[in-house]
Amino acid sequence: MLSAEEKQEIAAIAAHYELKRAAGIDALRMVQRHRGWVSDETLRDVAEVLEMSPTDLDSVATFYNLIFRRPVGRHVILICDSVSCWVMGYDNLLDHLQRRLGIGLGQTTSDGRFTLLPHVCLGACDQAPAMMIDDQLYGCLDAEKIDALLKNFET
Amino acid sequence: MQLQRPLTQNIHPGRPPLSLSAYEAAGGYQALRKVLGTMTPQQVTAAVLEANLRGRGGAGFPTGRKWSFVPMGPDAPRTKYLVINADEMEPATFKDRLLLEGDPHQLIEGIIIGAYAIQAPMAYIFLRTTYTEAFRRIAAAIAEARVNGYLGSNILGSGFSLELTLHASAGRYICGEETALLNALEGKRANPRAKPPFPPVIGLWGKPTVANNVETICNVPHILNHGAAWFRGLSRVTDGGTKIYGVSGKVKRPGAWELPLGVTIRELLEEQAGGLRDGLRLRAILPGGASTDLLTPDHLDVVMDFNGVAAAGSRLGTGTMVVVDDRTCIVGLTANLMRFFAQESCGWCTPCREGLPWLAKILTAIEQGRGEPEDIAVLKEHTRLLGPGRTFCALAPGAMEPLQSALKYFEEDFMRHIRERRCPWR
Ligand SMILES: Cc1cc2nc3c(=O)[nH]c(=O)nc-3n(C[C@H](O)[C@H](O)[C@H](O)COP(=O)(O)O)c2cc1C
Ligand code: SF4
Ligand code: FES
Repeated sequence: MLSAEEKQEIAAIAAHYELKRAAGIDALRMVQRHRGWVSDETLRDVAEVLEMSPTDLDSVATFYNLIFRRPVGRHVILICDSVSCWVMGYDNLLDHLQRRLGIGLGQTTSDGRFTLLPHVCLGACDQAPAMMIDDQLYGCLDAEKIDALLKNFET
Repeated sequence: MQLQRPLTQNIHPGRPPLSLSAYEAAGGYQALRKVLGTMTPQQVTAAVLEANLRGRGGAGFPTGRKWSFVPMGPDAPRTKYLVINADEMEPATFKDRLLLEGDPHQLIEGIIIGAYAIQAPMAYIFLRTTYTEAFRRIAAAIAEARVNGYLGSNILGSGFSLELTLHASAGRYICGEETALLNALEGKRANPRAKPPFPPVIGLWGKPTVANNVETICNVPHILNHGAAWFRGLSRVTDGGTKIYGVSGKVKRPGAWELPLGVTIRELLEEQAGGLRDGLRLRAILPGGASTDLLTPDHLDVVMDFNGVAAAGSRLGTGTMVVVDDRTCIVGLTANLMRFFAQESCGWCTPCREGLPWLAKILTAIEQGRGEPEDIAVLKEHTRLLGPGRTFCALAPGAMEPLQSALKYFEEDFMRHIRERRCPWR
């Protein structure tokens, strides 16, 4: 169920656009911020507020790489797999990260702490290789830096 | 005052951007006051046209010309839109981020002036999701601008009103294509639209819409402040202004810098980026983002403007180049780029949806030593089949640019992988 505040917030977003459905992505991002991911039930609720069919909204949601339609860990790691980071050692970095977390791309650690996803160029090519954890960007990475960094998330 | 780097004059990486009052104290919002107080919309467009400002989003379309396609006058639709393309998802591109994070009020001032020129009462900034710091800073700047009467109704008592909305996307490269972007903003799947009609006539919700890149619109206040002749004089070539150039790869000082439009590749690589790291030699340059043709060390003196790079057989693109050294495998690089394009194809038209994954598979196989000699002919054939005019939008032809140039200059690298059944660079 969406909270009353969430419904209000979606209505406020929709006011910025000519038609309600345009608020879809903003609304999905907002509920994802609160819940971590977008369940079928949440999607249905958002669709109802926007006066769209759930299928219609889902076809928009699934178009995007960063609307999560499956549960994710408490922290999402987006590792850049694009060209500058590839030149600067993406393959080794990924190997290290996967070994360290014990998961592959697209997977979540068994303690639910991290989900590891590849992502396109993060616009930090001058600090390649780069990745984001949640909302924060980290650049000029190597194995040691990653180890130090992950320690900050050991909760 | 000799202002040579207008776009970055207020930008000091590592420091927060100027607040509204600091921006005003540095001369900010003066161009807007001049425009609203003394100029007609048509005069603003004429000034931008005269400045020879070409779009910085990759295609290089003259900005004043684009604005002049928008219907004006009493019979024009009342609702029109200005949309700022801040999607910046082209691999190897990191120039708009500098402007978005570094000087949000410059962006907002440019938007208000641009919206006035086409008489649009609504504007959107379409920002990629992962630019979270930019989102926070721009949202704060918009709030400040509204409180101070620069946004909202009757701006500075001029009678002109503008609502500005910041929209964060959810991560898909094709949204940067301007008609896909319009569908995305409407809340639809972001497939591109057929052109014509072009957005300045029929755009967002069917209304006249101009889409401009972040760097493009940030130039506008400076043109109005200092004049078209000054702006043309910033450049070393006939197109006006400076350019935010960038260099990434194994160089000594990767980074982004505002320089006169028309510096050479050599100046960027050697003077700005400090040359390659010790022990490495230059093999290739990807001059303007993922969807541009590779160039070689023979092209070091190519001038990095729209015409100069085109004459060398590539494109200026976003002006942010990747330096490829002699320890980096060109086949692996090409495969990486193709996997990107295959993943980000929107799936609307068959050649792109089916062709790119196939090419990515072939290139990955060659890279891993599983290629066959016949693969080369298949790759070459596809650079033609997916070339300009054969697909619905420019994504697929863009994907062919690095591939066709890799085959043109480095075919022997592909052959070696196939003969030796391994990557010789590993
Ligand atoms: C696949 C694709 C992706 C694009 N991505 C961007 C982008 O992220 N930012 C951008 O400004 N232009 C992008 N463009 C170019 C836009 O379609 C459009 O030309 C540009 O935003 C117009 O602005 P300008 O005239 O100020 O350059 C892209 C084009 C294509 C084909
Ligand atoms: S060329 Fe590719 S990205 Fe462009 S419309 Fe066709 S399928 Fe979509
Ligand atoms: S290629 Fe990794 S941040 Fe740009």
